[in-house]
Amino acid sequence: MVLLFGCSKSDQAAAAKVAGAKQGTLPPNSLLIGNGTEPQDIDPQIVTGVPEHRILMALFEGLVTENPKDLSPEPGVAEKWEISPDGLVYTFHFRADLKWSDGTPLTAQTFIRSYQRMLTPSLAAEYSYLLHFVKNAKEYNEGKLKDFSQVGFKAPDDRTLIVTLNSPTPFLIKIIASHYSWYPVPIHVIEKFGGMDRKGTAWTRPGNFVSNGPFKLKEWRQQQVLIGERNPNYWDRQTVKLDEIHFLAVENQDTEERMFRTGQLDMTNELPLAKTDVYRKENPEALRIDPYLGVYFYRLNNTKPPLNDKRVRKALALAIDRESLVKNVVRGGQQPAYGVTYPGTAGYTPEAKLTGTIEDAKRLLAEAGFPNGQGFPKLDLLYNTSQNHRVIAEAIQQMWRRNLNIDIGLRNEEWKVYLDSQDNKAYDIQRAGWIADYVDPHVFLEIWGSDNLNNDTGFANPRYDELLKQALRAKNDTERYGIYQQMDALLVDELPVIPIYFYTRVAAMSPKVKGFYPTLLDNHPFKYVSVTR
Amino acid sequence: MFRFITTRFLQSLFALFLVISATFFMVRFVPGGPFTAEKAVTPEILRNLEAHYGLDKPLYRQYLDYLGSLLHADLGPSFKYPNRTVNEIIADKVPVSAELGGISLGIALVIGISLGTLAAVKRNTWIDYVASSFGMIGISIPTFVVGPLLVLVFAIYLGWFNASGWYMPADRVLPAVVLGIAYAAPISRLTRGGMLEVLHQDFIRTARAKGASEFRVVTRHALRGGLLPVVSYLGPAVAGILTGSFVIETIFQIPGIGREFVNSAFNRDYTLVLGTVILYAVLIMGLNLVVDVVQAWLNPKVRLEA
Repeated sequence: MVLLFGCSKSDQAAAAKVAGAKQGTLPPNSLLIGNGTEPQDIDPQIVTGVPEHRILMALFEGLVTENPKDLSPEPGVAEKWEISPDGLVYTFHFRADLKWSDGTPLTAQTFIRSYQRMLTPSLAAEYSYLLHFVKNAKEYNEGKLKDFSQVGFKAPDDRTLIVTLNSPTPFLIKIIASHYSWYPVPIHVIEKFGGMDRKGTAWTRPGNFVSNGPFKLKEWRQQQVLIGERNPNYWDRQTVKLDEIHFLAVENQDTEERMFRTGQLDMTNELPLAKTDVYRKENPEALRIDPYLGVYFYRLNNTKPPLNDKRVRKALALAIDRESLVKNVVRGGQQPAYGVTYPGTAGYTPEAKLTGTIEDAKRLLAEAGFPNGQGFPKLDLLYNTSQNHRVIAEAIQQMWRRNLNIDIGLRNEEWKVYLDSQDNKAYDIQRAGWIADYVDPHVFLEIWGSDNLNNDTGFANPRYDELLKQALRAKNDTERYGIYQQMDALLVDELPVIPIYFYTRVAAMSPKVKGFYPTLLDNHPFKYVSVTR
Repeated sequence: MFRFITTRFLQSLFALFLVISATFFMVRFVPGGPFTAEKAVTPEILRNLEAHYGLDKPLYRQYLDYLGSLLHADLGPSFKYPNRTVNEIIADKVPVSAELGGISLGIALVIGISLGTLAAVKRNTWIDYVASSFGMIGISIPTFVVGPLLVLVFAIYLGWFNASGWYMPADRVLPAVVLGIAYAAPISRLTRGGMLEVLHQDFIRTARAKGASEFRVVTRHALRGGLLPVVSYLGPAVAGILTGSFVIETIFQIPGIGREFVNSAFNRDYTLVLGTVILYAVLIMGLNLVVDVVQAWLNPKVRLEA
């Protein structure tokens, strides 16, 4: 067991030999990434998942890109941009000589046609709502408006794109920098394979696929590997350090971890919970625990007695010992959550925090008519079938029993059944998670609006809805964050959900990989990443 | 013989129709659909998605449309992988599972039949006990234990193989051995049982009386009858082994059809579920027919009657 992680020279040599032989002609500057499930597709306007996102970040580049260390917006396709004083008009100035990987010029017009495709109703792009901040985009997307020229995109010349918004959306530039829904797509290729408005055509196959980012598609073997190679037509090709990136589709965490140990992977997508402590002890330099902009929480069915009583909700929230849970059960360096907004998101930290003792919890429960848990109905805690969620649920079940003398049943359901129960509010208490698409507190606060489709708690507060609207109209971040403080305070008071902890991303990564910084979204612009073998 | 095969073919066709119909409706009545996701999609987008895949039509219409496309051997588009068709996915994955299955089956047959025969011939000796223990252990220890164990020893400690993957010929060794052992165990037990029964029969005594060598008695006379239970086991087993093993394919990261089979159900990828079910059903039915014919050939007492 001493050589478990292959620290000796001979072990590493053996591992390198195997990894090299595996791919035949693996260039020395290749990064091997465990990438979770097989990507659905690599059309930025079709896909929705994390594995796809990682691949698209290597293959495409948007108007604006991210700084590798703090994800702040950096020039991408646009070398500079201006925002009008009222915050409604964005003007992007493109670089000269932008090309797709096949050499075709990339112009502002291409962007407009890309966005037109994204918003075409028949394409049914699931992330199209991230373009709805643009004037008339929602109307066009919903088929209420047929004339795309009325949507707020204009290209006065090949190198200028003007975007007009409905209301000042101070975080729009972060969405553009971080999210693939704003990437351009190669219309000239898409038109060759079935047209603009058709889903799932052959344009994303190797040989057909064209992109504008640091890498282009070399090979894609389904359920195995997707390989990106240097794009010689990328404007910033001098910065790119890797020759190839291999995204290996490895679903199983244990399999992935074994592949990491034999050198078949330079980094894993995840690390099994049971392995975290082993790595801490025996191979700390390969253990990566990065902050991850997301919150793990329990959704409460606010429409169902006794959970419609905020005293009951608060009692449940206060009876959880988050410090102990994070330290003894979850064990991946997570932060206990006493509010739903991740502290320090884009410089915003909520002042309101869930505070109170177990005694307060008991008192609240008694006030709600359940002294010492007497007469409290049997409620169920629903989670999707997974070992990790089960242990957390069991720990919290224990805490509720011990602190409040109430009995909560555990119910697990297969993923899609569980989502269906959430959607139909067929639950009492449901474990849930929310991961940000871009770095802004708005991500955590918008979902508790009464008409938000991800709310699913029955929580509807007119004051909250009003504040949410005001925030979108705010002139600057100071004003906006002031409104968010009120919203966070309201959430901590009402507790439509019970925040539990803020995520971290736990993975194994070889110390030979450089330029892969901890970032809140787990976004890592690949042009800055290198590997030494 | 011809009449037997025709009748069985027609029966199978009817059974297949029932399987398709039952699967078609069952998978749709399961809660959650192909577009159920953690981040909710707006009703407008959901409507467009459903329209794209024809899910907006009444269920009976979808059913008839599906049967219609089946007549053209078109299994439809995958819901999970929008740029692939089910035909493509099956064509892509079955050869991988079949290759792994073929090698494993070879291993299973060689080990299973020789151990089983040996155990029967040397009944109640240490050879029998060793072979029978192998059978029991092979059946009792699941592949998800044997697999990672072999990886630990041969990939991580010894560095002889990749931990998983399907890149070079050597990558076939570990998964094929694990899967082979899993099937060798029941085969050895069935062979032993079958052989013991046959070895007690009169014609064996006759063969011995006529002076045939023990080797000849076992291989020429007894084995043919002794393998009957194995042959009936092989029908469904071959179908199972060719359509891939979810566990082995997951542990070893093999791009086979077994993973698609299971994951398609989790993904509510309706067309892919149906496609893999049809594939499995056709294989089972075809192989059972083959088994019946082979059994008639092995055992003169069996008549093929329609």
